[in-house]
Amino acid sequence: MDVDLMMRVYPFFLKAAWVTIQLSILTTILGLACGALGAAARLSRFAFLRFLGAAYVSVIRGTPALIQLFILYFGGPQIGIQLDAFEAGVIGLGVNIGAYMTETIRGSIIAIDKGQREAARTLGLSKVQAFRKVTLPQAFRLMIRPLGVNINALIKGTALVAAISVVELTYTAQRYIGSTYKPFEMFLLSGVLYMIIIYGTGRVITWLDRKARIV
Amino acid sequence: MGLDFTVVPGFMDIILLGALWTVAITVASAVLSFFGGIFFAVIALYTHWTVRLPFKAFEWLFMGTPLLLQLFLIYFGLVQIGIDLPAFVAGVVGLGLHFAVYNSELIQTAIIAVDKGQMEAARTLGLSRGEALRKVVIPQAVRDVIPPIGNNMIALLKDSALVSVIGVSELTLSAQRVIGKTYRPFEFYLVAAAVYYVINLCMEWVQRRIERRIALSR
Repeated sequence: MDVDLMMRVYPFFLKAAWVTIQLSILTTILGLACGALGAAARLSRFAFLRFLGAAYVSVIRGTPALIQLFILYFGGPQIGIQLDAFEAGVIGLGVNIGAYMTETIRGSIIAIDKGQREAARTLGLSKVQAFRKVTLPQAFRLMIRPLGVNINALIKGTALVAAISVVELTYTAQRYIGSTYKPFEMFLLSGVLYMIIIYGTGRVITWLDRKARIV
Repeated sequence: MGLDFTVVPGFMDIILLGALWTVAITVASAVLSFFGGIFFAVIALYTHWTVRLPFKAFEWLFMGTPLLLQLFLIYFGLVQIGIDLPAFVAGVVGLGLHFAVYNSELIQTAIIAVDKGQMEAARTLGLSRGEALRKVVIPQAVRDVIPPIGNNMIALLKDSALVSVIGVSELTLSAQRVIGKTYRPFEFYLVAAAVYYVINLCMEWVQRRIERRIALSR
């Protein structure tokens, strides 16, 4: 193992890891927004919105994220959408993970017992109040852990933007593998950084989940 | 530059040939990840700690890093130590190992959930430990875990697009080649997405049928 080489190039990997972290944070925010909207559509009173929500989930989850990114980044200019690689990465990955988060959020909401809502209505709360003050707070508690699973997948998914040449961890590793012919060393450097990000995020999720528990 | 789908039919043969390769890669990696998953689960549960701990480290590494990075490692790393795998084989090994680790997690839980009495009864009937595992415990565990493994296999289909970056001529790379000739990325990536979607729907249909059969066999 070429430790000297690793010591020489690791600052570039640190810089790339910061890009991966930025990508992950922005994608999480966009994904949560898409997920909340998607879940609202899927639980809507209106059949048309329900259909839109279901189509969003089915199409996005039924096709590769890589292809979605390519359509947005390479195909976008043809229909007047001009994005740089980083923007395309955030939007593509965010819309993608949003479809998975839609199902997570929807699942947590319908898992809340109907009796809760009925009891709230009996106590004189309006439908909206019952949802906001009774159903939703309980659903939030349920969704932390599965959303954590989505976020874990999302962090690993940010590697895809290497294919549209965003200089993040995987792209950097690939470039240094190409120029140094030391794949194991480069994998080790980037792998350790990924694991710090992923398992660190996992700890935060576990902590949040425990905090939100009542019992 | 607007959209023009009239160029699509002329290149459909290339796209569909790519789709065949995608199916081939998916099936080969799915088989590898299934048996690999069982093998890894047995290592994780039944071996001496000198074998188990290194394996756990490997598992931890594979679950904590992106598949794309693992593909680069396998494809370029094996070349470095003198093993020159064709891209297709490297792709299957990469996808297969990656999903074997995830399948192994599922199978481990299922093996633990199989009643201890099953193992004890099999041992009483004179089966060795290995036989009891192979003929009694693992078949029951695998049956319980077929639905979630099916979900992993559908994820595998979509992740098979990643092997295009190490040069396997499957659906995604075929689309890229056609785009290189026609300069129509939107149209052909959309076509590729549609083909993936159809394969995905077929897999979901098969999955539902298998689940129904399992439900009946209980």
